Amino acid sequence: MSAQDVQNWIRQEVAGNDVVLFMKGTRTMPQCGFSMQVAQILNHLGVDFKDINVLEDMSVRDGIKAYSNWPTIPQLYVKGEFVGGCDIVREMFQAGELQELFNAKGISHNQQTLPA
Amino acid sequence: MAMAADDIARLIKERFPDAEVRIEDLAGDGNHYAATVVSEVFRGKSRVEQHQMVYDALKGNMGGVLHALALKTATP
Repeated sequence: MSAQDVQNWIRQEVAGNDVVLFMKGTRTMPQCGFSMQVAQILNHLGVDFKDINVLEDMSVRDGIKAYSNWPTIPQLYVKGEFVGGCDIVREMFQAGELQELFNAKGISHNQQTLPA
Repeated sequence: MAMAADDIARLIKERFPDAEVRIEDLAGDGNHYAATVVSEVFRGKSRVEQHQMVYDALKGNMGGVLHALALKTATP
């Protein structure tokens, strides 16, 4: 795929799926601790998401960084919008903001928060 | 390839002179850091925008020679 094709493909994936996680590895077999943390948070919240393994395609691994102007992976997208990487997602989850975002966007999830 | 904590702090301070920067070497290997950056410039910006500003200050090192930088940004 050309760089432009990759950008178009990413745009379609992000537009066509409510929750998309670009990660190293897969939700069941993460290959990086940061990707694992975000996948665990989404699993914990029972959110249905599409995982895209950037390690399978170097052009996607580079392309997603250009797409969002964000230098690292994982990257979480909700309803077409870039939410953040591992630090931001974890911070939002701990503050309950991620759950609020899913509520606001109409993404079904269970209402669990961190154990007190 | 790694980057010294002082270099990370210097690049951030160059861009945001008012910033309070704290760098922690998480693994003691010069490769896994946590940075806290507190600056007035972040006011009114989203978290994504705040982090993008810091990454930009790091001039392409993030995701390259700097593999792991856990970032936390805040306003004073």
